[in-house]
Amino acid sequence: MSQTEQTIASIRNLNKSFADNKVLTDINLELNQSEVLSILGPNGAGKTTLINTLLGRLSMDSGEVSLFGYQPGSLAVKRQTGAMLQVSSLPDMSTVKEHIELFQSYYADPMSYDQVMAFSGLKEIENQYSKTLSGGQKQRLLFALAICGSPKLLFLDEPTVGMDISARKSLWKAIETLKEKGTSILLTTHYLEEADQLSDRVVMLSKGKIVREGTPSEIKSQINTKRIRFRSDADIALLAGLKTAERTSQVNGNNDYFEIETSNAELTIKEIFEQQIPMTDLTIVGAALEDAFEIINNQQSTESASE
Amino acid sequence: MNLVDKKPNLLNIFFLESKTETTRLLRTPGFSIPTLLFPIMFYTFFGIVFSMNPATMPTYLMITYAVFGVIGPALFSFGVGIAIERGQGWFDLKEVSPMPASAYIVSRITLTFFFSAAIIILLFLIGAIFGEVRLFRWQWVSLAAIFVFGSLPFCAIGMTLGLYLKASSAPATVNLIYLPMGFLSGLWLPINFLPEVMQQFANLLPPYHLAQLALKITDMDLGFPVFLHLSVLAAYTLIFVFLAVKAYHKKDKK
Repeated sequence: MSQTEQTIASIRNLNKSFADNKVLTDINLELNQSEVLSILGPNGAGKTTLINTLLGRLSMDSGEVSLFGYQPGSLAVKRQTGAMLQVSSLPDMSTVKEHIELFQSYYADPMSYDQVMAFSGLKEIENQYSKTLSGGQKQRLLFALAICGSPKLLFLDEPTVGMDISARKSLWKAIETLKEKGTSILLTTHYLEEADQLSDRVVMLSKGKIVREGTPSEIKSQINTKRIRFRSDADIALLAGLKTAERTSQVNGNNDYFEIETSNAELTIKEIFEQQIPMTDLTIVGAALEDAFEIINNQQSTESASE
Repeated sequence: MNLVDKKPNLLNIFFLESKTETTRLLRTPGFSIPTLLFPIMFYTFFGIVFSMNPATMPTYLMITYAVFGVIGPALFSFGVGIAIERGQGWFDLKEVSPMPASAYIVSRITLTFFFSAAIIILLFLIGAIFGEVRLFRWQWVSLAAIFVFGSLPFCAIGMTLGLYLKASSAPATVNLIYLPMGFLSGLWLPINFLPEVMQQFANLLPPYHLAQLALKITDMDLGFPVFLHLSVLAAYTLIFVFLAVKAYHKKDKK
């Protein structure tokens, strides 16, 4: 297969702003067949804007977006696409089955109803009104609606929000199976674990720019920052002078608590001991995704400042 | 990459969409009960129990309350329904799904026709049995047709309201349009009971023109030409369809 045949979606030099606020800057991205691509980023990074642009719901300031060689939002594209958006509630008084059968009718060659049930695990509650569904069940129904047309391209915007662990795991399994069958999936998520488990490629978005792109293991190696927290009466200048400390701070409201961010916790601890800095109440935790972004952003802005 | 552009069956979508929408609202007492009950209750009260002139009033008010009745589901299913679905994000999901936009409109028109038919049958029965309304068969049939199809301009108005209003304010706003517009158009009391100024003003209101059109069937109208009423109703429909299409195709909404 040639390059163009494999590419399901491509974005070139996409720029988008709302009023004077630049939301997406020079986005270049491709999604290939049978690929799961995750877009990671803190709130306000532009993930939903990017998805909405791909769905044809937003205009572009400049750039080109093409899906299956068509404009985003055209009916030909929609008939090959399924989408799971953040929906706060569904029309109350229709049953799970009614919702799914209606959405299946929109597609020429939908997935069989039994297959949809198998993927979504909704069989036991198929006759319940959507009003009575829990948050997690509602998410599963939205997932069912996204996949029920056997789409070639699937958009999942924060698919597992509100799901318990077992529901989340079965959704991951469904995504993997769909991928094996040739579906291309674009996913946004807050959960690093989710992106790690599912994606072939991860794109990190920050303030509307792509700051990192790569396989999950490539990305993870860049954000393996740990946070060391302890109590000490040492001078902050001394701590900030540690060679492996990337960022040192005093914990708000607790003057004798310090926090050190480091990508090599073992070495930092060794340094602290060598300097004979007294400490109590020591904890070391892996940085949350949000912190990792902050770190990458900081690197990003120092890089661009030194250019 | 070439898409195999197989198309789904449009009629099947129209059917399922209409069926889902109608059954959903039949199961929603907050919609179905006031929609059916208000016109029936008002008519029974003003047209029959406290009728000022038993010879003409039951017939006259049966017609105007039927107009009042069919406007309700049109304004509410479109106006409030769309505004709420937009607030939920459900409308967005429908918009990005391959549902043809026509299916959304057809299903709500079907639903409006369904509720309109129920209201018309109930009003006709009450009028004929308790109000001793006596009409020729062609008059009953023509009236029913005028009422059902007369709801279309109000579907257009409702659609525009639904696309512009916020979910939280839509029910109150639609009521604020529906009830005063009904009264000022002479649907609650015969139009010639209203002061001259108000009668002049009624010329601007679409329910007045629909009522006058229907009252022609029983020779109870004010005697203006049919084409005047039809033109006003057509103009309202066109303007609001235009506004709705504009709102629907506007990108970057919210």
